[in-house]
Amino acid sequence: MDVLIALIFAAILLTVGFVFGSIEQRRHYRSIKQREVDLRDILLFNEKHPPPEFAGQPFALVCGSVVMGSDHFRQFVAGLKAIFGGRLTSFEAMLDRGRREAILRMKEEAGKMGAKAVFNVRMETSTLSYSHEQGNGKAGLACVELVVYGTAWCAPGEVKPHGV
Amino acid sequence: MTARSSAIVLSNIEHFPGYTITRHLGLVQGSTVRAKHVGRDIMAGLKNIVGGELKGYTELLNESRQEAIDRMSEQARAVGANAVINVRFSTANIAAGAAEILAYGTAVVIARGEE
Repeated sequence: MDVLIALIFAAILLTVGFVFGSIEQRRHYRSIKQREVDLRDILLFNEKHPPPEFAGQPFALVCGSVVMGSDHFRQFVAGLKAIFGGRLTSFEAMLDRGRREAILRMKEEAGKMGAKAVFNVRMETSTLSYSHEQGNGKAGLACVELVVYGTAWCAPGEVKPHGV
Repeated sequence: MTARSSAIVLSNIEHFPGYTITRHLGLVQGSTVRAKHVGRDIMAGLKNIVGGELKGYTELLNESRQEAIDRMSEQARAVGANAVINVRFSTANIAAGAAEILAYGTAVVIARGEE
């Protein structure tokens, strides 16, 4: 009987994860695409030397971060997939969403100070551990922090991408 | 980046066209160790049923990063700098539910205008 209840509970968690997780993911991707279009005039570079057009303009550190968690369904699917190896699409989507969201947050911050470009963009990913799942020997759900930071520069007038 | 440390300019690059660095004042750093509280843990646990962004943790880590930056700026101000350049961040997981956030950089005096 206990086994049956545990199975039903697991099935409910998986279904909820699948249905609501998918809806959430679709909604999030729609929002990301919209904001990427809105913010496309802020340019990102990961080189360290701003071109001479930016000389003497104000600058500041900008930063965007997101903590993303997996759901039970995607964790389960990834667990199955890991037996055979290969791409873990469910985690790929999670990290892609998180990183694009972090970039957008950084761009929003840069936009607020009127910057036209962000230089020396660095991306960092760190795994966060979970306290409440570790006691019972479970590995816990995947949980990562994605940080993107760089130096935002204001530009006088119109700015063309470097090298054009 | 923040109102409290508005006097100190931060950047993660080291060469600034149109600016001159007049003095280097050495390494400054700020760090903080934060633990998430039970309420947030429970909320994140609930949020994990659907997955996606865990807003409680995002907020927590943002606050911690701000704290680390503020401490670094404080140190920079104490040595008489007006900017911290080449800023780097690092995050370390020290125990279940606790994370250290470290920010470090070089304190300098920077002025507008080429040499």
